[in-house]
Amino acid sequence: MRTGQPNQPTGGTASELLRISELRVDFATEHGWANVLGGVSLDIHDGEIVGLVGESGSGKTVTGLSILGLVPSPPGRTSGGHIWLHDEDLTEVAEPRLRQIRGNEISMIFQEPMTSLNPAFTVGDQISETFRRHRRASRKQGTQRAVEVLDLVGIPNAATRVHAYPHEFSGGMRQRAMIAMALCCDPRLIIADEPTTALDVTVQSQILDLLRSMRAEIGTGILFITHDLGVVAELCDRVVVMYGGEVVETAPVHDLFQLPRHPYTEGLLSAMPQLGSRTAKLASIPGHTPEPWAMPNGCRFGPRCTYHQESCSESPVALESAGTERQARCARLAELNLRGAS
Amino acid sequence: MLLLIARRLLVTIPLLILVSFLIYSLIALVPGDPAVTLAGQDPTPEQIAAAREELGLTDPFIVQYWHWLVNAVQLDFGASLFNSEPVASAIAARLPATLSLTVLALLIAILLGVAAGTLAGLRPGSWIDRVATFSASVGVAVPYFWVGMILVLLFAIQTPLFPAIGYVPIGDGVLTWASHLILPATALAIAPAAVIARQTRAAVANVMTEDYVRTAEAKGLPRSRVVGKHALKNAALPVVTVFGIEANRLIGGTVVIEQLFAIPGVGQLAFTSVFSRDMPMVQGVLLTTAVLILLINLLVDVSYGYFNPRVRQL
Repeated sequence: MRTGQPNQPTGGTASELLRISELRVDFATEHGWANVLGGVSLDIHDGEIVGLVGESGSGKTVTGLSILGLVPSPPGRTSGGHIWLHDEDLTEVAEPRLRQIRGNEISMIFQEPMTSLNPAFTVGDQISETFRRHRRASRKQGTQRAVEVLDLVGIPNAATRVHAYPHEFSGGMRQRAMIAMALCCDPRLIIADEPTTALDVTVQSQILDLLRSMRAEIGTGILFITHDLGVVAELCDRVVVMYGGEVVETAPVHDLFQLPRHPYTEGLLSAMPQLGSRTAKLASIPGHTPEPWAMPNGCRFGPRCTYHQESCSESPVALESAGTERQARCARLAELNLRGAS
Repeated sequence: MLLLIARRLLVTIPLLILVSFLIYSLIALVPGDPAVTLAGQDPTPEQIAAAREELGLTDPFIVQYWHWLVNAVQLDFGASLFNSEPVASAIAARLPATLSLTVLALLIAILLGVAAGTLAGLRPGSWIDRVATFSASVGVAVPYFWVGMILVLLFAIQTPLFPAIGYVPIGDGVLTWASHLILPATALAIAPAAVIARQTRAAVANVMTEDYVRTAEAKGLPRSRVVGKHALKNAALPVVTVFGIEANRLIGGTVVIEQLFAIPGVGQLAFTSVFSRDMPMVQGVLLTTAVLILLINLLVDVSYGYFNPRVRQL
């Protein structure tokens, strides 16, 4: 189904932090088992920010949740593949070990800061709780740490705000608090699932600045899940584009914007608003993401693709090398010349 | 938080005065003349008039109420029309039995209801859920006295584990005290436990899908913390509300259960004094019950502030 690395890599290069290989996840639906992730592979290095891009329903959130074993089950189940955190396979480890890793080695920031904090406990308690759990620290040390990280993410008067409840925080401050919570145990990897989508634009750029400086100061790797290519251009080192539960293209961010190798990426780029072309109508990709129980044969993007040929739908398309450090999943990879962002 | 408690207490006072007025006027509306009762057998009109004078029944109604209220505030509810025993001391003598019964029943109801509801709510659709939901439907439907009789039949007569009737003060030994109360308390607890279980199940199932529960999982907390701390504190609000309602109903249920199990409590006192038209006693009992119910509601209101920090500012 796929070329590239063999299926059982352990370790990898020294700086490799996380490697997902051939991850398959199914969901039980009224149509039977539906394949939501069809063999997703990606890797993240220490201190690297990788953007995971795709439309709603492309499987990017499920990929993020899978890493921490948080895919709700039922209805979800992992039916294949591996998630290597250094030389530990997270799809194999027992639940107690997974709970040691969560919030400690890998932590997660969610899309909705308004609902992701518990309204019944103070912000400080929710941060200190994570620290106490993983560091066996006292209540006092926990609160101290909470003040430290709240200060780090730019909450003014952290020493008093630590005792505030979530409803006393604005949306932007809550997301900062979520980031503080994610940072409190110095994790090696943060999975950020659309952390800026629910925020207004000025707050959005503050949060992006914050994530960038966290990477610089602490050296955390970040898997940044988003549908917004503009944010990706601003923040990420490398991009992984997903469509229909598959990785369709992966490339360093600059290369991807300059010269996309997959028609879907080209479509995403042309749908981005450009400065200085305010009269031009924004392009959009016709059609919608396929439902997991009705995946097209062959290339999953085929029915929506401008370059579609009959041969594209004959057999599954493999993810192939498309230049240095990049791969794409397109049957017409060699012949197409696609347009990048101007 | 202290402010919240103070404010609720202040609201309780006018409520209590209103309730006391209702109690007093209700009794005045009941047919039958207490003076006739007090005057003894075959009274002459003069005797009745004298009794009426003695009871203060010649005063205007509102003055009568005022006298009664002023005395009641000093815990003087008058004396029984029958044996002249002060109402206050009669109630005080019976209150421990009723309080023991009520508190034990409420404890059983909470433990049983919250445990069953949580187990069911964590796995909606599982066999635990089905068993709990079915049992709750049955539990809501059966009346107190029937459960009481069945319990006596099973655990006092067929398998004599507990005494069938009677009450022993806690001073005579905690174990004998508890063994006398376990059957009546369980009989009282079944229906409230069922209602609490239903409410808990719905609340837990709902809260478990909240984003903050996923956050708690993502922090690596053990399952017991995720459920016991993050889910249950939020699920508690609707449960506390039904708890308040059920506690009030349960106090009413003590009248029947104390009768059935021959427990010398306030409920039994209410029963006998209503039938013998012992009005001062009825008034005293009603007022005591009202205070008890207001206290429970106060507790429920204050616990809202604990479970939901947003209420504290209101």
